[in-house]
Amino acid sequence: MSELLKVPTMAECMADGRQPEILFWVGSAGSYDDRAKKITRAFVKILNKVKVDFAVLGTEESNTGDVAKRAGNEFLFQMQAVTNIEILNGYQIKRIVTACPHSYNTLKNEYPLLGGNYKVLHHTQFIEELMKKGRLKIERSSVLNGKRITFHDPCYLGRGNGVYEAPRTLLKTLGVELVEMKRHRKSALCCGAGGAQMFKEPEKGSKDVNVLRTEDALETQATIIATGCPYCNTMMTDGVKAKEKENDVSVMDIAELIAKAQDL
Amino acid sequence: MTYLPNILFAIVLITGIGYFAKNVKKLIRNIKLGLDVDVSDNKSQRWKNMVMIALGQSKMVRRPIAGVLHVIVYVGFIIINIEVLEIIIDGLLGTHRIFSVIGKPYYLVINLFEILAVLVFVSVIIFWIRRNIIKLKRFWKKEMTSWPKNDGNFILYFEMVLMMLFLVMNATDTQFQSVNSGNIISQFITPWFSGMSESVLHTIERTAWWLHIIGILIFLNYLYFSKHLHILLAFPNTYYGKLTPKGQFNNLEAVTKEVKMMMDPNIDPFAAPAEDTEPPAKFGASDVQDLNWVQLLNAYTCTECGRCTSECPANLTGKKLSPRKIMMDTRDRLEEVGKNIDKNKGVFKDDGKQLLGDYITTEELWACTTCSACVEACPVSIDPLSIILEMRRYLVMEQSAAPVELNNMMTNIENNGAPWPYNQMDRLNWKDEQ
Repeated sequence: MSELLKVPTMAECMADGRQPEILFWVGSAGSYDDRAKKITRAFVKILNKVKVDFAVLGTEESNTGDVAKRAGNEFLFQMQAVTNIEILNGYQIKRIVTACPHSYNTLKNEYPLLGGNYKVLHHTQFIEELMKKGRLKIERSSVLNGKRITFHDPCYLGRGNGVYEAPRTLLKTLGVELVEMKRHRKSALCCGAGGAQMFKEPEKGSKDVNVLRTEDALETQATIIATGCPYCNTMMTDGVKAKEKENDVSVMDIAELIAKAQDL
Repeated sequence: MTYLPNILFAIVLITGIGYFAKNVKKLIRNIKLGLDVDVSDNKSQRWKNMVMIALGQSKMVRRPIAGVLHVIVYVGFIIINIEVLEIIIDGLLGTHRIFSVIGKPYYLVINLFEILAVLVFVSVIIFWIRRNIIKLKRFWKKEMTSWPKNDGNFILYFEMVLMMLFLVMNATDTQFQSVNSGNIISQFITPWFSGMSESVLHTIERTAWWLHIIGILIFLNYLYFSKHLHILLAFPNTYYGKLTPKGQFNNLEAVTKEVKMMMDPNIDPFAAPAEDTEPPAKFGASDVQDLNWVQLLNAYTCTECGRCTSECPANLTGKKLSPRKIMMDTRDRLEEVGKNIDKNKGVFKDDGKQLLGDYITTEELWACTTCSACVEACPVSIDPLSIILEMRRYLVMEQSAAPVELNNMMTNIENNGAPWPYNQMDRLNWKDEQ
């Protein structure tokens, strides 16, 4: 698909004097990380296909501060939060959708006390909503039909905020064979990236967390590991490589699977 | 002279309860060493949590074997202790089985007690086997040596002995056995004592009766020194437990104040601080007094079951972090601080030690992925993650002691608004990339 994506910014919307239905919070990973950018693009393809009236902040978006907060730098977190809130409130944002559970959690839970009150949705929740309202029809795809897929619960989506069903509902709609790992939902094992671990070497131990989690996934004999978080995606991709299974098993975001199934 | 046993009983009872009360006072004082935190919100949800999680054991049964056994011991413990009420009245008044005047229902209840006593006894033996023969991994982690290991077994021995004493007491009570009702279990124990004279039986019965009540009082007083405190503290702890989504961490108010001041264009940066401004709060926690009192209550409530540690991704991959150890360290340090205060007439004298470094190492703290698995796993709503976060805050904001890579990441966020060294102006480049 070579057609260009339509990605209006809030500034453009403002200039046109219109308020989009929803703000897409891309997040730092989704903006800069090569693997995560594919997820971002896949999600936008879905938005474009359904003609969702959305916008991004573009260069006005800044890191949510989630990772700084969890590293212990509350000061930096609140500086980021206050700055972002000023921009979001300036644009009178009401609803935000994001493909990053870390942004989701921070915007939804930690911004309100600093003056930022928005209805925040994870992209799987938003896509599910589009589906339920009949705006998006997900057809059982021939490419994915019957494929064995396991879903890795991102900590900040699942345990962190109790969102377990939306991603699973979407996967089932695709007509895939959804298999659960032995540790799933509330007892899902972390991919190893949270709490700022993504940005540092792990402490000394017997194994890396992402490898252990990848072993959980490989045990299910799934050929696709689905996730809903750019960091989980990186960690699981690395884990699959560490297990030398990259030719048999791929790691995909739910948005990518949907875009692929719908041939977007 | 005939009042001697009654007087003796009263003295034993008062001493037992008095000493316990003294330690409870100490416990409350120690917990109050923590910072204040507002937990007055959402009372109905809090009651509900307490009823479901502590009273209803809802999280215990997530692990079915341990859960069901625990429910048996818990129900048995509560119900059989109704018997203690009778023992106390009998002891003080010199009566014998005073409740038996109600007749049939009494013997039905004793039947129930006897059945529960056996169930508890069997469950406790299975617990002992799990700990000592099967050696379940979570009971053999590094922090489970010496006292914590013995403590776990002592409690089981205590319960075995108490249940045995209860059944022996019933079995050797000839008066009770002669009614031949309510002795559903003890009738099978009676033959063990066949051939003994009435007076020997009576002595055994009295001994079992006394040991039973003394044992219960000793057990009560043992609680303060043991992980077994959870039988009491699980209730307030689940009441005060976290209500917000697990992913949500608290925002530091002291920081909010400073950030708001920095962002306020009307503020005079050169103004002298007002006279009555408080000294700036310490950011984060390096010792137990920097934690809030709910976190300290958490530490006393921990029963070292290790469900948290057995689900911690860091611990599962051989890192030093163990959420259970975080709680045990917090409690040990708090006890040390409490003893220091007792010794120094009610004031804490700096002992050159603190929770950070002397108990919990930075290596443990930095291994946490903040995944909340420990919080989710805890059957009594303990939140080890919040303590880890407070200590990271201290390391970063008071000591600038984050790992180098994290410092780089934070510098990037400060400069470019992203954790990587990319230009903010490139944030939308993905749009036109293929």
